[in-house]
Amino acid sequence: MAKKVEFMMGNHAVAEGALYAGCRFFGGYPITPSTEVAERMAERLPQVGGRFIQMEDEIAAMASVIGASIAGAKSLTATSGPGLSLKQENIGYAMLCEIPVVIVDVMRGGPSTGMPTGPSQSDIMCAKWGTHGDHPAIAVTPASVQEQFDETVRAFNLAEKYRCPVFVLTDAIIGQMMEQLVIPEPGELEVIERPKPTCKPEEYLPFDMDKDFVPLAAFGSGYRYHITGLHHNSDGFPTNDPVLHTKNTIKIIERLDKNYDDIVKVEEFMTDDAEILVFAIGVSARSAKHAVVEARNVGIKAGLVRPLTIWPFPERHLDRILNKNKIKGIVVPEMNLGQMTFEVQRVAKGRCAVEGLYSLMLDPILPSEILEKIRRFV
Amino acid sequence: MARIDIRLGGSGGQGTITAAAIMGYAAVYAGKKAVQTKSYGPEARGGAARGEVVISDEDINYVKVIKSDILVALTQESCDKFIVDAKEGSIVVVDDFMVKNKPQGNFKVYSLPIIKTAAEDIGKSMVANIVMLGVINQLANLLDFDKLEKGVLSKVPKGTEELNKKALRAGVELAKAAMK
Amino acid sequence: MSYDYAKYLRKGKLPHIWCAGCTYGIILKSLIRAIDGIGWAKDDIALVSGIGCASRLPGYVDFNTLHTTHGRSIGFATGVKLANPKLNVIALGGDGDMTAIGGNHFIHACRRNIDLTIFVFNNNIYGMTGAQYSPTTPKGAWATTSPYGMAENTFEITSLAIGSGASFVARTTAYHVAHCEKMMKEAFQHKGTSVVEIINACPTGFGRKNKFKTPASMLTWMKDSAVNIERAKNMSPEELVGKYTIGVLHKVDKPEYIETYDTTVGLKK
Repeated sequence: MAKKVEFMMGNHAVAEGALYAGCRFFGGYPITPSTEVAERMAERLPQVGGRFIQMEDEIAAMASVIGASIAGAKSLTATSGPGLSLKQENIGYAMLCEIPVVIVDVMRGGPSTGMPTGPSQSDIMCAKWGTHGDHPAIAVTPASVQEQFDETVRAFNLAEKYRCPVFVLTDAIIGQMMEQLVIPEPGELEVIERPKPTCKPEEYLPFDMDKDFVPLAAFGSGYRYHITGLHHNSDGFPTNDPVLHTKNTIKIIERLDKNYDDIVKVEEFMTDDAEILVFAIGVSARSAKHAVVEARNVGIKAGLVRPLTIWPFPERHLDRILNKNKIKGIVVPEMNLGQMTFEVQRVAKGRCAVEGLYSLMLDPILPSEILEKIRRFV
Repeated sequence: MARIDIRLGGSGGQGTITAAAIMGYAAVYAGKKAVQTKSYGPEARGGAARGEVVISDEDINYVKVIKSDILVALTQESCDKFIVDAKEGSIVVVDDFMVKNKPQGNFKVYSLPIIKTAAEDIGKSMVANIVMLGVINQLANLLDFDKLEKGVLSKVPKGTEELNKKALRAGVELAKAAMK
Repeated sequence: MSYDYAKYLRKGKLPHIWCAGCTYGIILKSLIRAIDGIGWAKDDIALVSGIGCASRLPGYVDFNTLHTTHGRSIGFATGVKLANPKLNVIALGGDGDMTAIGGNHFIHACRRNIDLTIFVFNNNIYGMTGAQYSPTTPKGAWATTSPYGMAENTFEITSLAIGSGASFVARTTAYHVAHCEKMMKEAFQHKGTSVVEIINACPTGFGRKNKFKTPASMLTWMKDSAVNIERAKNMSPEELVGKYTIGVLHKVDKPEYIETYDTTVGLKK
């Protein structure tokens, strides 16, 4: 049977992806340009036995999804710039307390109220460093409506696998545009279910520092334990011990580093013999691909590095290409003033020139502008 | 079919964005790729509304319409604004009543009674956007007509199917007459 | 006859952090007796708190316990309850946690009438951070941030809850131990948002600088100022000056949020 092809809005595809991944709770607050995610979830969740709530503010929305996850439901929230800022304290809570949740951030122009309907890619650093303290962060970066679906499923899997919040970092263009979407059959994409602890309840250490992964028991499942946003011991109770605090903080961050290959996904397009790279995510990466094809058409050996995971930063991928190829330069087109460029420069360590191409003009960066930058390295 | 950039211009309420979405849906239904986007940048200011959709047999990388292969303008303002981005040799369709100053340039202009057909022949001016789809599909040979019709009918409000069917066919006839 | 609290306390987690003379230990015991009295299983209770002295209570009791961020206990509790309505969910916090930083969540939980039990431990001060004024610090009172006397007006927590739509609202005090237990039980058994304001004493942060020379004098003040709601009905406004009522101040039957949601969206026929 031929698969059903939909023509769907990006924000709706996120919602459908979440449902496919087994999401059964959404707590949100209306904010442009993410609201269609909430609207779709409000309609669809009850159809699959889940619940939706529109909370009184962004902070409560974030709190509610963490609460629901603790009670055993895969949970989603969606927001944009100002809402992301408001959610940050509780996002840090989920990071420290190792609670799996997925946060969709449909990027718009900031700071502050900024450009409510204007697309942007300026929350890249906010997703990584928005909450205070040292912490782990995973962010996936879809670039099409199909990827809005697929990467949301992957975001849920990563959240469950590594017991941490995961961002779906998308933008107003991808979120609001309509494009073809093939909804996979059940079982076609991997869906990771939350494992349950098997030990005796009295032996359960929900935050065991000496284990890479401990299943998170749902409240009400017979494992009574304590969760606190204070630094805590393996049993979940507060500790002021700097040695334990250091050990645990490093553990939850290193867990992601150790699993880099599983978490970090990158599309490499025509990079085998590339001498000039374009490094881009989301809607900018689509312009970049267009530019790379045009460059190849005129004999320029250009290639595209397109992260589908921007956090952890895909530095090993970049490193490998920079060690293998003789790269003349890297062009980094992004709809902000250089948030990713600085990271690429950090990884390049002076091995080649890195040129940012920045835009706050709300429309996607033009392929011709990227091509122009590529030409300068020829 | 290589990439075709379609821009449907008019004023707010004429359903140009809906038409672009329906065209995209029908294209996907017909097995093609399509992307329909909204407008954000400086050119989004002002009274002229537009629906934009790119359709192609190949992957669509750049998502927006820059220069149009097909431009429809239902108002003078949208015609004046968007004509500068019509490609050389492209198709330009204007409403013959609303657009008095016909665009001049290196493109093929069709001046057709789109709104009048919708209002008088079909009896509802709001289906002008569907007439428009019939016109451009015929002029540019975009999609198999049956696929387009099925696509349109599955996306219009229930109870308006007959009306929209007539509108689409009327558009095709307008185009056929113009191509003679 | 002594009551055995041990079966509800977490071994090795005591002593608690509360100061000598603080009344929160009394409330902890009332809470345990109330839960024991109505027979809820430990596994079926989720106890959620915010930040502050009161919010440290969940760490000491053997339930599913969640110590969240400042002011947000109700947001977390709402998520827990929606994901598993079978859990008996209690949110607790101090006056600052619940009515200042968490005020928005407090009123909206009441408005929804979601089946949560909310305990506000009102000691008229921010204790943990060192005696700053809160929304319930009386006019003229000293606090480290009102060194010339409190200039702001106060929240009346139970009126706030009633006005916001809570279907069960009561007030009790740390002095009235049996009464406190009774109010808690009634709150637990009520379907819908139940709010209990519990008048508490912070001798360290509030009392000592506000003419309460000893912790005991604060309990005496509670005893002398509290008037049972039934008795208050026969008292004149003049007689009630400087007093506050205790008891069930408001109780109505109205549809609970999750039941209404489930019926509205077709989860429950």
